Amino acid sequence: MSGIYFGTIALLMIAGFVAVRGRAHALASTGAVGSRLSMHSLPMYHGLLAATLVLLPMLIVYLFGSTIVTRWSEAQALSKLPSEVATNELARGAALRDVYNILTGKFQGEPSAVLKAAAEALRNSSSLGGWLVYGLGVALAGAGLLFSFIRVNGEFRARNMFERIVKVILLLCATVAVLTTIGIVFSVLYETMRFFFDPALKGRPTVSDFLFGTEWNPQAALRADQGDIKTAFGFIPLLTGTLLITFIAICVAGPLGLLSAIYLAEYASPAFRAWAKPILEILAGIPTVVLGFFAALTVAPLIRGWGESFGLDIASESALAAGLVMGMMIIPFISSLSDDVINAVPQSMRDGSYALGATKSETIKQVILPAALGGIVSAFMLAISRAIGETMIVVMAAGLAANLTFNPLDAVTTITVQIKTILVGDQEFDSAKTLAAFALGLVLFFFTLILNVIALIIVRRNREQYD
Amino acid sequence: MDAQVATSTHTVPRMTAGVGAKVVARDCNVFYGEKHAIKMLNVDIPDRSVTSFIGPSGCGKSTFLRCINRMNDTIPICRVTGTINIDNRDIYDPSLDVVQLRARVGMVFQKPNPFPKSIYDNVAYGPRIHGLAQSKAEMDEIVMTSLEKAGLLKEVKDRLLESGTGLSGGQQQRLCIARAIAVSPEVILMDEPCSALDPIATAKIEELIDELRSNYCIIIVTHSMQQAARVSQRTAFFHLGTLVEEGETSQIFTNPQDKRTQDYITGRFG
Repeated sequence: MSGIYFGTIALLMIAGFVAVRGRAHALASTGAVGSRLSMHSLPMYHGLLAATLVLLPMLIVYLFGSTIVTRWSEAQALSKLPSEVATNELARGAALRDVYNILTGKFQGEPSAVLKAAAEALRNSSSLGGWLVYGLGVALAGAGLLFSFIRVNGEFRARNMFERIVKVILLLCATVAVLTTIGIVFSVLYETMRFFFDPALKGRPTVSDFLFGTEWNPQAALRADQGDIKTAFGFIPLLTGTLLITFIAICVAGPLGLLSAIYLAEYASPAFRAWAKPILEILAGIPTVVLGFFAALTVAPLIRGWGESFGLDIASESALAAGLVMGMMIIPFISSLSDDVINAVPQSMRDGSYALGATKSETIKQVILPAALGGIVSAFMLAISRAIGETMIVVMAAGLAANLTFNPLDAVTTITVQIKTILVGDQEFDSAKTLAAFALGLVLFFFTLILNVIALIIVRRNREQYD
Repeated sequence: MDAQVATSTHTVPRMTAGVGAKVVARDCNVFYGEKHAIKMLNVDIPDRSVTSFIGPSGCGKSTFLRCINRMNDTIPICRVTGTINIDNRDIYDPSLDVVQLRARVGMVFQKPNPFPKSIYDNVAYGPRIHGLAQSKAEMDEIVMTSLEKAGLLKEVKDRLLESGTGLSGGQQQRLCIARAIAVSPEVILMDEPCSALDPIATAKIEELIDELRSNYCIIIVTHSMQQAARVSQRTAFFHLGTLVEEGETSQIFTNPQDKRTQDYITGRFG
């Protein structure tokens, strides 16, 4: 059914485009409305308008129509079944599954007569509904075609109308993105509210327990004999773990990224730059899972071995290992973006500085870096956001122990790792443990949001000064 | 010497007396990769006067200007042969430090290019990197004198700490001139300094150039023949990479010796 429907859309669009454009062409060249210039819109726009007037109504009819038909035909099928099936949610789901299995031939064994009748009803009504939707779509498309065909004349403003429709489509796409963001925020917000304020939830913490508690242990006692497990939702150890690893990562990536950006932008020969920059950018494309292997299997044992030779006891999963590898991960963000902003500093700045007798390094330090500061800061902020949100490397290399420590040689855990740990596997969303993930998610979201806002402010202030 | 260069030697104009000349070029050639941009150029440019370079676009006048402070060094494919002397010292001598050369030969560009720093820091930039001031008071003195000489002090003295990029186009260009003056150069090169400015700002810059003439050797590239006639004492006409004619400005404009010069200044080509 869908195949026929979309095939028809394509056919009608092409036919409408060709026919209407042809008519507009003929009208323009026969001089029926005077010279070619007296047509308001080019034939192309008449054709495009016709195609749009086919596409839009048919898509809208399909979207709404197919939903309605599914609902209606399922209702038809249920009406053939005993009335208690329709009222019981579980039984209704099972019956509908059976009905669909009969229709696709996957039903095991011989179905009962009632089920067969229900399947028959579903098939008939969905077939009828499908053709109704098809008919409605084609009728509307035909009306659109007729409209655009009749309106082919000198005065009709097909271009303006087409462009208005395109503008609405663009607006709709933008709205979808914005609404999705808002939807995500609200769903996280709602679950967080439940976590803190749902009276039915056992073991839920207060907001201040969560924000200022120094102990994190989301495990709840499942049975009476496990009664000695102490549940705690103190978020501070996760915060310090996150900050510690991010700090280590920035200490690695900041200097390396910025200095390599300066080298690439100012000193490297074009040939070197042409192959070095793509390779640096490939680093950004390595899946973080793979970087996680590297951290856990190569870097962490290396650090441990190195520590032993100094007589230091380093956990085999350490913040240092995770931070170092995470630093490697965010180098390309810093270097590539900084390189772009340094290149965007106008050549006239460099010329002005050289002409005063400044050397290359003086020019870089005193003219180019200050001019590119806004962009460099935003590159750092983006890298920090990435580091805070990174999960896989930390899962593999830094462990799960929620230690409240600033010692980089200890095992720590981060917000993202705890979210992942809480939600892995089959979980019910009615315990404090699972809902804690949403509270963590909300905090994380605010963190990166604030970072982004700071970056935006810095960039904007710098740009104003620059123009 | 290849054939092309040999033929172009015929067009070398008669030499002006080398005595008292600040900048002296002999048999100067510039290549951009394969392109021969300046051909066997010989010119003497006197001190304490304004010399203007005129000619159609692409004739090599800016290229030659940028040779005088070795700004062409920043272009990897650019190659210069022959000699250019300033005060009888070859500026392409390997023992000469380009940083010191550029401290002596200032440059003002076509588009005003103040740094995104305060007005004060823009002017203080050159003196700082060359260590010209021992104290804050000395630096203040240098900045004030330079702004004064560039005719900008009155307009900006209350906002020295505001960004130089916030000034108007004409003010920015005078800031760039102040910036160049601050390192006490002997030669100032100006590459179409007024082409991005309105007539009033242009008039101010021209006035300034006339005042600066008594202390500096000024070389200005311009597309405006009226400007060349107004501000310069000597004029050089470039065409297709050769210096066609050079002499007193009044003589070039009233009695050119070469047919091409005459055609250009009367607007027959270019």
